[in-house]
Amino acid sequence: MKTLLRFAAVSVVTALCAGAAQAEDLSGTLKKVKETGVITVGHRDSSIPFSYLDDKQNAIGYSVDLCLKIVDAVKNELKMPGLKVQMQPVTSSNRIPLLQNGTVDMECGSTTNSVERQKQVSFGLTTFVTNVKVVVKKNSGINSLTDLNGKPVATTSGTTSVQLLRANEKAKGIDFKEIYGKDHAESFLLLESGRAAAFVMDDILIAGLVANSKNPGDYRMLDDVLRTEPYGIMLRKDDPQFKALVDGTLSSLMKSGEVARLYARWFTQPIPPRGVNLNFPMSKELSEALKNPNDKGV
Amino acid sequence: MHWSIFLEQVPDGDVAWWRMLASGLLWTLATAACAWVVAFSIGSVIGVMRTLRRPWLIRFGNAYVELFRNVPLIVQFFIWYFVVPGLVPAVQDAVSEMDPTLFQFITAVVCLGLFTAARIAEQVRAGINSLARGQRLAAYALGLRESQTYRHVLLPMAYRIIIPPLTSELMNLVKNTAVAYSIGLTELFFRTREMGEITFRYFEAFAAATVIYAAVAFSANRVMTWIERRTAVPGYLGAHR
Repeated sequence: MKTLLRFAAVSVVTALCAGAAQAEDLSGTLKKVKETGVITVGHRDSSIPFSYLDDKQNAIGYSVDLCLKIVDAVKNELKMPGLKVQMQPVTSSNRIPLLQNGTVDMECGSTTNSVERQKQVSFGLTTFVTNVKVVVKKNSGINSLTDLNGKPVATTSGTTSVQLLRANEKAKGIDFKEIYGKDHAESFLLLESGRAAAFVMDDILIAGLVANSKNPGDYRMLDDVLRTEPYGIMLRKDDPQFKALVDGTLSSLMKSGEVARLYARWFTQPIPPRGVNLNFPMSKELSEALKNPNDKGV
Repeated sequence: MHWSIFLEQVPDGDVAWWRMLASGLLWTLATAACAWVVAFSIGSVIGVMRTLRRPWLIRFGNAYVELFRNVPLIVQFFIWYFVVPGLVPAVQDAVSEMDPTLFQFITAVVCLGLFTAARIAEQVRAGINSLARGQRLAAYALGLRESQTYRHVLLPMAYRIIIPPLTSELMNLVKNTAVAYSIGLTELFFRTREMGEITFRYFEAFAAATVIYAAVAFSANRVMTWIERRTAVPGYLGAHR
């Protein structure tokens, strides 16, 4: 609630001061970008379809497209059409330190907006909503969380799912063995090779891995939703000017229907590099979030 | 700095962070110790093989050393963990029955053991070859068989000579266990990363890991130096220092 109020306040203030307070009193990221003439966008290498590399090693995806729109807004705001845009790959472990130390100016990936992370960084408006789910093999006979008792369950180290898994383990009184993959592809490989009975992860990432696997028909997701999590573009903390610009850009894109168009482009149509279609229609949680833009974390 | 982070509870867990790091350290030590046993035994056999006068044994030994020395350790981990079980149905069956943590541990021990064995083999061979040729000939002249010559004449001196490079290997082995994080073994480096990712206290987590790794490797160094001094042959190779 506090962040919402702050956001509202900041928006009003920036709206009032727009024009009057231009280049003279830039602060934070905008000041840095103005001075260096460079804006650095952090992206991931395999967060399909948010932020990943195509066959020419260019960063593409839904989040990357949104970030490039924000970069355009920055160019406009600073009146720097020739602003240099640098793309910097980041991983789930170094994205926060690299953002904090100024290596990247915003992170465009599939980062959960969590209250814990908000102590370190700030998030733009929610651009995606994911449900954390469990994927199993169809022929495994596993139909619910309790069927996982005593079974090995894979998850990726460094993601929020690890904590989620532990919390659920306690709540349901079931005991499963956690095995960690160091990235999503490896965790999925644990499931594919029969090493793990299930893989706990954000549903959209599961959909991407399944769609690209050898036999996409072999897998199914359990109905249980462990948690609903918003994704947002990650920004440096305490940088109201830049955050206002990011949120302003995003909310106008949401209102104009541009976000919905980008969503269709990346989630329900064939995407590079292999022309796979994720067939992942917009969830009701996300369409709600696009109607009422917010930056609430979980 | 926020050093009290080590006393804070792990989210949704029952223990504090220092306990997580300590459990990681135990896995690191257990892996290094078991891998050392594997590496020392196999490394000695391969090393000796390469000094025998049987061309096919020499060729096998050379092939072993080149294979394991020339493939990056992290690649070897991946091969043992994912590729071997996928290729060999018998291993695949055993693996799906086995406790996953135990399988990660065994993989790490086998992988590190065989990798380090290649390096130890090279040193054992060098140690044996560094002995004066007369030692071997004298043993044969005394009527010792080849196996007796190695057991009583060549190896006792060769091992003493290679204690310093073996010390480096042991320290390397301890540090190389960190690569086991890539297969999800919850050793010290894994726990350090996890702590960084969950608490965002990267500086504190990695500072602790640095100190712990340095302390372990340094202790290994001290132990080996002690062994070196205890086993020194008077009048030979730096004894009476």
